[in-house]
Amino acid sequence: MDDLYRDFILEHYKRPRNFGELEPRDLEAHDYNPLCGDEMGVHIRLDGDRIAALRFHGHGCAISQAAASIASEELIGMRRQEAAGLDADWMLELLGIPISATRRKCALLNLKVMRGALTGDASWPPEGDDGA
Amino acid sequence: MTAGPSIASARAEAAPAGPGAPLPVPLDIRGDFPILAREIDGRRLVYLDSAATSQKPESVIAAIDDYYRAHNANIHRGVYTLAQEATDLFEGARQRVAAFVGGEPATTIFTRNATEAINLVAYSWGRTHLGPGDAVLITQMEHHSNIVPWQLLCAERGAELRYLEVSDSGQLSLAQLESELARGDVRLVAVAHVSNVLGTINPIAEIVARARAAGAVSLIDGSQAVPQLTVDVSAVGADFYAWTGHKALGPTGIGVLQGRAELLEAMPPFLAGGDMIASVDFQSSTWNELPWKFEAGTSMIAEAVGLGAAVDYLTGLGMERVRAHERALVAETLERLAGLPDLRVLGPADADARGGVVSFVIEGIHPHDIAELLNRQGVSIRAGHHCAMPLMRRLGVPATARASFGPYNVSADVDALADALAGARRTFEL
Repeated sequence: MDDLYRDFILEHYKRPRNFGELEPRDLEAHDYNPLCGDEMGVHIRLDGDRIAALRFHGHGCAISQAAASIASEELIGMRRQEAAGLDADWMLELLGIPISATRRKCALLNLKVMRGALTGDASWPPEGDDGA
Repeated sequence: MTAGPSIASARAEAAPAGPGAPLPVPLDIRGDFPILAREIDGRRLVYLDSAATSQKPESVIAAIDDYYRAHNANIHRGVYTLAQEATDLFEGARQRVAAFVGGEPATTIFTRNATEAINLVAYSWGRTHLGPGDAVLITQMEHHSNIVPWQLLCAERGAELRYLEVSDSGQLSLAQLESELARGDVRLVAVAHVSNVLGTINPIAEIVARARAAGAVSLIDGSQAVPQLTVDVSAVGADFYAWTGHKALGPTGIGVLQGRAELLEAMPPFLAGGDMIASVDFQSSTWNELPWKFEAGTSMIAEAVGLGAAVDYLTGLGMERVRAHERALVAETLERLAGLPDLRVLGPADADARGGVVSFVIEGIHPHDIAELLNRQGVSIRAGHHCAMPLMRRLGVPATARASFGPYNVSADVDALADALAGARRTFEL
């Protein structure tokens, strides 16, 4: 059994949850991983201060796509404020696989885009916190 | 290592076989490259990323080591013995590097890399020759180093940047070149000799001749060509030919610009400072002769010595033999990869039309995951856009996986690649 490409990672990669676009939507953001050209966008619909629906789209490696899929299941129903405060540790724990420094950007791309949509701040993670 | 070899003995030492003693084909020179004895997680290192940078033979490493141990001094002005030796080593390397590609020492300028060589032309030639209404013509298969300098130049000078298209089989169209040149505004044509993504060997002598007939200056990016083909810059006839040392078995930090003397003489300097001047007065200066006019500041002396050793080594192998060897590896790779389902090779289907680079995509596995899984088998390949994002867009892929060869690769490396790719497909349950 490969410790990175676990069954559940490949399962989420091949059949991503909440993949696609959302219409209508309240918030959206889009970003690139400049190292590899991967891109990811997110659409969010709010119900009051909760995330009522969320979909991501784009293309990337198994790690970035599975991370987005897994995170999406946690994020739907979460309070906007809480989601905006999620950090890298939350994402990496949720993934539960060893992520090397070179793949850290892959694992965190969806969180970066999601936070960009919620807060309007596309600069996360700040320099020094991205492990690369 | 004891006393350092002179230039002459370093050259003799670098040649693995005497002249006229043909090496067997296929080559197996792995023993000359210390790093290839390394293991990755207990597995033999299979290095398939030579298009990014080549590994270095013992003779190159030894030449750099010997330079610092026995000859180090600043060059060109010192009268003492070490300074004279360092100057002789540096200028001797220039002579051999120039001869290796059919050039002249006076028009062989050492730069930091190919990127700097191209920027030199964009800055010094471009800013004095380009204006509104003029065009620069490049191609969709260029490396960013042969795109971005022209973008900046065109934006600054109000000129237009246009592209020759790449066909589905990864080739340029001479008919489109003709129609672009016929518009009468093209002042410069800049083209890669060999594509770093597709491997395509472009018909540069033809492109250069047609550009010249249309009154345009030509620049060829030879970074991928010099390490694997017999290059004769005088036969190509380009106005500028830029390449880099570290892809050609030499060290990082040294590149080469070969230019036509009349153009170089008329161009203003690029970087200004010491060594590039003839005399300096309080308000103005006069410039040194070629090639030193374009080599401001203390040069990369040890790197030049290392590159000299690298071209000695390649000369010893014989570039015809290097090409034949890598061509055979590519043909074998194309054949092996054709047997893998879901895998698509990009670029020319014919090994004769391409250099030692094979880019591919696998439906269902992202290139980064391919590279990660191959690394677990000790196989080092590159994944990403390969500094050619416009080409990725043209090909309709976000990224590719790329295996590329050096003269030290062997058939067993192709087997390791194919086996590891089959394993990656199994991991992803394809």
